[in-house]
Amino acid sequence: MSIAINKSKCVGCGRCIEVCPGNLIKLVAEENAVCSRPEQNGEATQPLRKAVIRREKDCWGCTSCLKECKTGAIAFFLGADIGGRGSVLSVSDKGDIRTWTVTAPDKSTKTIVVNRKESNKY
Amino acid sequence: MEQFQKIKLDTDVLIIGGGTAGCYAAYTISKESNYRVIVAEKANIKRSGCLAAGVNAINAYITEGKKPQDYVDYAMKDAKGIAREDLLLSMSEGLNEVTSVLEENGLVILKDENGKYVTRGDRNIKINGENIKPILAKMAEEQPNVTVFNHVNMTDFLVENNVIQGAVGFHVDERIAYEIHAKAVLVATGGAAGLYRPNNPGFSRHKMWYPPFNTGAGYAMGIEAGAEMTTLEMRFIALRCKDTIAPTGTIAQGVHAKQMNGFGEIYETKYGVSTCERVYGTTKENQEGRGPCYLKTDEISEELEQDLYKAYLNMAPSQTLKWLEGGQGPSKQNVEIEGTEPYIVGGHTASGYWVDNDRATTVRGLYAAGDVAGGAPQKYVTGALVEGKIAAESIVKFLDGGGTARAVENGSAQGKTDEKIADIINGYEQFFENEASFLTIEQTEETMQKIMDTYAGGIGTNYQYNEAGLALAKEKISSLQTVLEGLHASDMDDLLQIYEIKERLTVCLSLIEHLKARKETRWHSFGENMNHQEVSSAFEKYVNSYKKDGELHIVLRDLVVGPAKPLHFIFDANNQLVTGGEIS
Repeated sequence: MSIAINKSKCVGCGRCIEVCPGNLIKLVAEENAVCSRPEQNGEATQPLRKAVIRREKDCWGCTSCLKECKTGAIAFFLGADIGGRGSVLSVSDKGDIRTWTVTAPDKSTKTIVVNRKESNKY
Repeated sequence: MEQFQKIKLDTDVLIIGGGTAGCYAAYTISKESNYRVIVAEKANIKRSGCLAAGVNAINAYITEGKKPQDYVDYAMKDAKGIAREDLLLSMSEGLNEVTSVLEENGLVILKDENGKYVTRGDRNIKINGENIKPILAKMAEEQPNVTVFNHVNMTDFLVENNVIQGAVGFHVDERIAYEIHAKAVLVATGGAAGLYRPNNPGFSRHKMWYPPFNTGAGYAMGIEAGAEMTTLEMRFIALRCKDTIAPTGTIAQGVHAKQMNGFGEIYETKYGVSTCERVYGTTKENQEGRGPCYLKTDEISEELEQDLYKAYLNMAPSQTLKWLEGGQGPSKQNVEIEGTEPYIVGGHTASGYWVDNDRATTVRGLYAAGDVAGGAPQKYVTGALVEGKIAAESIVKFLDGGGTARAVENGSAQGKTDEKIADIINGYEQFFENEASFLTIEQTEETMQKIMDTYAGGIGTNYQYNEAGLALAKEKISSLQTVLEGLHASDMDDLLQIYEIKERLTVCLSLIEHLKARKETRWHSFGENMNHQEVSSAFEKYVNSYKKDGELHIVLRDLVVGPAKPLHFIFDANNQLVTGGEIS
C-alpha cells in the first residue's frame, strides 16, 4: 500500500510534503525543465520541481497527502501482498462534499460521496 | 564535512510531540496562563500521530446514566487489576468536557432528534472524525503564546541532577540542530510501533495499526534520562481486519458481527471478552487449525454495507478500497481478522512513564501525557486529551510556584549542560562521518524486528515467550546497538531513520526486562509467559524499571487501587524523588 504521484499533474507546491506524517515525500528538480506556473512554484527561473515519495514501502496509508493535493496528482493503492490488484483511490472536494473514486485497471470507476458535516452512523 | 547549524531557543514550556495530548496541552496552557510554549513536532501537527487518517468514534465517553467510576471499573477489569485507579478516575472525570470543547471547535458528533449524542454501547459516541487532527492543530496554533516547530525531531532530554533543562533535536530535512531550554517539559510523543516484525513484512510493512512513525522516542529519552517506566510488559495487540489492519470495532460493535472460525463456529465467548482475550481467542483458533477467523458480516444489508464503506473512508480508507477492488463487500463476504504485532502504547494498555496524578514523571519538571504515559489504559483519544489538559494545568501550577531552581543558572552546571549538548550534536555528526558499509539502515530495522518476533513473543510464536528466548533477545538486541552506531547517514532523512531505530532498540531492552520480570501470565497474548502460564497473586504489583549508571533496575510497586490515595510525587531539596509509590 502506498501512493503514486502523477508527475504531469504535480505542480511542485509542496503541500503533500508539509503534511506527510512520515516525512516521506520530497521535491526533486526535473532535468531541463523550468517552472511554468510561477504562482505555485516559486520563481520562473527555478528548475521545475516535482513531489516524489522517498520509499514506497514506508507509507502508512493515511491519505493525508491525497486530501491536501489541489491538482489531484496523488492516488492511493494497495500493495499486491494485501490484496491490491491494480485499482487506485483518489479524492476530490467541493465544499463539504468529498468524492472518493476507485479506478480499476480497465479504467471503470466507482464513486462514494461523503458529506464531511455528517457523522458516521456506526 | 558540512557542519550542523545550531539554533538555541528558550521557553517556559517545551511540548515534545504535537499529537492528541500535545496539542490539547498547548491549547490549555495558553488558555490558562501567559507562559510561552514551544511545540516540537517531528512531522506537521496538522496530520501527525495517531489521528492522521481520522477516527470513527469517541470510545471513551461517560454516557447518560453512567459515572466516571464506571469507566474506571471497566478499564481496571480489562487490565486484570494492573492499572492505576487514581489516574483512570482523574481521566474519566474530564472525558465529557474535552469532547464538548472539540465539538465547539468543529468536530461533528451524531445527535438524535432531541439533540442528544447518539451512543454506541456504554462508552462510545458516533462522530465524523476525519478532520479531528486539523481541528486540534488549529486549536493549538491559534493560541498567542504557542510557537510550533514542525519537522523538528527531539532526541535527548537535558537533565541535571534529576531536573529537566530542556531537550536537543534536529530538523528532519535541513542540517540544523536545536537546543531548546525550558522550565518544564511535557513529553507527548506517543507509543512505539515497529519493534516487532509486522503483519505484512514485505511491500506493505507499514500498513500497521499504530503509526509506524511513532517509534518510542519519548520512552527512549525517558529511559536514558533515568525516568521510571511502568508495565511495559503489558503489550498491546490489536484485533484487526486482515491485511489492511483496519479497525474491527466499527463492525463488531457497530453492526454486532460475531467472531467466527473457519469451521463456521462462533468462538468469541469461549475465551472471554476482554481486549486481550478477543485477540487470544483468534490466535488460539488459528494455532489449533481452525482458522481463518472472521467477523460474520454476510447477513448485513447492502444499505449498511454502503454506510460501512463511508465509515472506513473516514478512518482507514484502505479497507474500503480493498472491498471495492475485490468486488465483494462485507454483505457478501465475511471479514477476515487477525492479531497485529505487539506495540507499546499507554493509551490502550498501562505501559509508559510512571507518573503521579498530576502527570508528573520521576524527573523534576518533566510531565507525560497520552500514549507515552503509563498506568491508565483505555484512554483512547479523549483520555489523551484529558491527560494533556491535566499535565498542562499541573505545569502551570508548577511554574506559578516558581518551578525549580534550574541547574543551568549555576555556572558549573551550565558548563556540564553545554558539554552534553555538544556530545549529542557530535553524535549526529558521527553518523555522517561513518563510512557506508554493507550493513544498511533497512537491514538493521529488519533484524531488530526479527529478533523481537522470534525471541520476545511476536506473531511468529503466537505471542509466546520464555526466559531462554528473552535472554537471547537481550543479547542480540544489544549487539545490534553496536551495528547501529556504525551506520552511515547521507542526509537528514537517513539520520531520522537511524534515530528511529536507536529509540526502538532502547525500548526493546527495557521491554525484555519487563517481560522477564512479570513471572506470570495475567493477560493472554499481551504477555504470554510460557515459563509461568498461570496468574500469580504475587504479581498484583506494578513492574517498574529505571536506568541508573547504565544499568536497568526493576522495582515492584504496590497497586494504587480502591481507597488508595492518588499518588503525588514528592522531591527533596536536592530534587531527588522521595515519595514515588510504595515499594514492595
